[in-house]
Amino acid sequence: MLTAVVFLPLVGALVIVAVVRGDRNIRLTAAAVALADLVLAIIVFARFDTDASERFQLIDRFDWISGTAFTAQYQMGVDGLSAPLILLTGLLGFCAVLASWKIGMRVREYFAWLLLLQTAVMGVFASLDFILFFVFWELELLPMYFLISIWGSGRRQYSAMKFLVFTFLGSAFMLVAILTLFLAPNIGHFDMIKLAEEGAGAARTIIPLGVVFWFFFVAFAIKLPLLPVHTWLPDAHTDAPTAVSVMLAGVLLKMGGYGLLRISVGMFSGLVIDYALVLTILAVITILYAAVVTVRQTDLKRLIAYSSISHMGLVLLGIGSVGLVGGSFTTIGLTGAAMQLFTHGTIAGLLFLAVGLIYDKTHTRYIPDLGGLANRMPFIAIAFIIAGLASLGLPGLSGFVSEILVFFGSFKAYPWLTAFGAFGIVLTAGYILWMVERVLFGPQRDRFAHITDSSIIEAVPLVLLVISIVVVGVYPAFLTDVFKAGIEPIVAMMS
Amino acid sequence: MTGHDVYLLSPEISLVGLALLVMALDLFVERKGILSLVAVVGLALPVALSIVLWNDVHSEVDGELVGVFGALTVDKFALFFKFLVLGISALVLTASVDYARRLPRLQGEFLGLILLSATGMMLLAATTELITIYVSLELTTLPLIALSTFLMTPRSSEAGLKFLILSGISSALLLYGIVLVYGLAGSTYLVDIAEVVKEPLDPDLAFGSYALLVGIILIVAGFGFKISSVPFQMWVPDVYEGAPTPVVAFLSVASKAAGFAILLRVFYVAFPALEVDWALLFAVLAAISMTLGNLVAMVQSNIKRLLGYSTIAHAGYMMVGLAAVASRIENGGEAAGPSSLLFYLGAYAATNLTAFFAIIAISNKIGSHKIDDFAGMWRRAPVLAAVLSLALISLIGIPPTGLFIGKIFLFTAAVQSDLVWLALVGVVNSVLSAYYYLRVVRVMYMTEPTSEEKVPSSVPFRLALGVSALAVLVIGVAPRLLTWVTDVAALPLMP
Repeated sequence: MLTAVVFLPLVGALVIVAVVRGDRNIRLTAAAVALADLVLAIIVFARFDTDASERFQLIDRFDWISGTAFTAQYQMGVDGLSAPLILLTGLLGFCAVLASWKIGMRVREYFAWLLLLQTAVMGVFASLDFILFFVFWELELLPMYFLISIWGSGRRQYSAMKFLVFTFLGSAFMLVAILTLFLAPNIGHFDMIKLAEEGAGAARTIIPLGVVFWFFFVAFAIKLPLLPVHTWLPDAHTDAPTAVSVMLAGVLLKMGGYGLLRISVGMFSGLVIDYALVLTILAVITILYAAVVTVRQTDLKRLIAYSSISHMGLVLLGIGSVGLVGGSFTTIGLTGAAMQLFTHGTIAGLLFLAVGLIYDKTHTRYIPDLGGLANRMPFIAIAFIIAGLASLGLPGLSGFVSEILVFFGSFKAYPWLTAFGAFGIVLTAGYILWMVERVLFGPQRDRFAHITDSSIIEAVPLVLLVISIVVVGVYPAFLTDVFKAGIEPIVAMMS
Repeated sequence: MTGHDVYLLSPEISLVGLALLVMALDLFVERKGILSLVAVVGLALPVALSIVLWNDVHSEVDGELVGVFGALTVDKFALFFKFLVLGISALVLTASVDYARRLPRLQGEFLGLILLSATGMMLLAATTELITIYVSLELTTLPLIALSTFLMTPRSSEAGLKFLILSGISSALLLYGIVLVYGLAGSTYLVDIAEVVKEPLDPDLAFGSYALLVGIILIVAGFGFKISSVPFQMWVPDVYEGAPTPVVAFLSVASKAAGFAILLRVFYVAFPALEVDWALLFAVLAAISMTLGNLVAMVQSNIKRLLGYSTIAHAGYMMVGLAAVASRIENGGEAAGPSSLLFYLGAYAATNLTAFFAIIAISNKIGSHKIDDFAGMWRRAPVLAAVLSLALISLIGIPPTGLFIGKIFLFTAAVQSDLVWLALVGVVNSVLSAYYYLRVVRVMYMTEPTSEEKVPSSVPFRLALGVSALAVLVIGVAPRLLTWVTDVAALPLMP
């Protein structure tokens, strides 16, 4: 089942490369594959049983690599943590394909890379063996590199290389951490299920376990991203094509958050409690710094990129609630962090989609040049406003749910720091509203007189994401229950 | 020489016969294409004989057949290298069909010399006596020197001369080292040397342990030349640039494999008692080789020189396998270094051959080895560009390719042997190398072609390229196909 979800886009990519001819057919094939994958992802999400006694479900397993050095398994499965993220990837993958409809250059390659990217990200969320996890983690580099550097804009080759080098460096540390953990005499396997259930806190590694923890952390911090290793993100976002920005903000950053929850918190619960204060400080710095920088941005995409960094800081803030050493508030904080992954995925995805459409039609992302667009493109404007409001945490929309959970959890642990962090929300409200005002309202400009609203194909992803934001905002339990099922065993290990 | 000896040497004897046959046919045959055909098809005989030997060795109790006064040990280790060298030769000969046909003269000699050098390599993997090792080494190198000059251009002659002189010096160093070791041990057989070295040295012995130390260092220097390790790498870029590309392809993989075969054999069989010392030596050389190779490769503008430095870096990665020895493992146990190294050699052979084959085809058409002249290859030769990119991605170590798995194996072996620092140096180097390998990819995919002419390729060439490229992928996706043989091949080295 999971194998199908993960590899369907890859098969689609191969079919596109080998069989399909004609740009239109390629687009249709890609959309069909992405839609089928979305349906499969929904089925996975629906089949995940929160009440079942097994924590990990839908497992696919066989021996994959066997050598003198080690044996590794092909092992895939979902728990409450990964099932919603697979759903998210399916959703945004489909949106990304539709958002790429206007790509006219080297269409075949483009959609092949885009689908391969989806396979890689799905694989990261689904794999439960460290080597397999690492393979997918690395596999995501190439499609992103090509997508940014061929179909991007501006300094695209610089940005693509920067993205690649940062991520690659992070994964280099992660590889050493994985190998060290494996070679601890009392571990000796790559099985993430066993590690999640037993914890790795007792591993007798040849370098101090704390170092292993931080090696993992570096990889996830770069991906999330946290200060001071965030600099690749604004560049990559600014220069990437719309659909790639959607994937980047929507799911790729979530790999970092997922890694933190699954590995740093889930396997090193003792260490993460020790370092909770440091992590919370890092989170607050990231939230505030990125929010302040966001206010000063004049490029629409850069603005949203920085706001993404600020919002991903909230994920770490939620994780900081482990400082309470277990208990119900830690559950709330961690569930909030996981929820934030999902909600920010849809919100940032929607923001980037809307910005992409605005750029498509006005050919500028420079905020002072924009203005008065609400009249010309009401539909896009509404979607943009909804995304903005969700982003600043308006009750009834999805962003509110995750933020409130994060703050509940971390306030109990570190009231002063959380209070500082909450100031980021105020800033968010400021820059989002100001941005909306400058872009959508104000006097109409003559040169935008002839632009039109979104076409049907452009509207579909907007509608999908707006629906998901509203549904999660109104009835969050269908997600939080699943996330909680994934978080509770982790918290249970702490106390 | 008894009948048994002839039987043990039969693959080599048949290969020499084939070389002589090809050179003799050259005198009568007008259509030179037939020569290549004979050479490739003729390789079936040594392959068949090696299979017979493998089955025979498999049925032996101690897994080896000894002959030629004890100087020759045919075990699975030796046979693994026989298959590897034969496979490489078959691919190189197939890919250079067009190349050989276009040579002004001496086509038969071109093929014959490659076969003779392959004979030397096959012998080298099976010899366990120092004089025989020396002779096989010369048989390996001398044909390659002659082949380097085959273009008869000043560059090519310079390459050959440089190769000749440096190879002569390294042989002299090796001989000197052999003499010192012989003077100490009183025997040139590796097993006898191991017996002597195992005991504490007689304090009255002239020079005592210093003689052994210098002897070992000189032997490392002699073999270091073969595997192009720092500080014996000076010849590599010049020879790579000047010599005919098929020869370089052969040199870069087969000669390297043979060099590592004999290093493994000598150090694991003759000097296991001194493991701690030479393992550290190799660890340091490994770190320097990969760092220097990668750093200098970054500034190259000629693709053959770039691959020259890349091969120095890869010699560094491979030496990690030499440095990862059993005595450093805390609780004893089997060292994963040798089997990982054999795996890496196999994957590297497939990868590097793929890269060189693609370069042969492209530069045949454009008449240049400048990286900038590869501009826009994705349009002029989509398959070649894709295949070359695949090879470069494998050289970086990104999944799903053979060298990715190979690197994980090697670094696991390093961490296992308490060499965490070396594993870290290795992964950081992989990140560095991404920069220059991807630069080539970037030029091919992200710039406009200077002309629209397609790059042609012949059927045998496509066959060789397809086989090697497929091998890169297959080894990466299903590493078991290679590990089952490398694991048993490394066993004879274990005490």
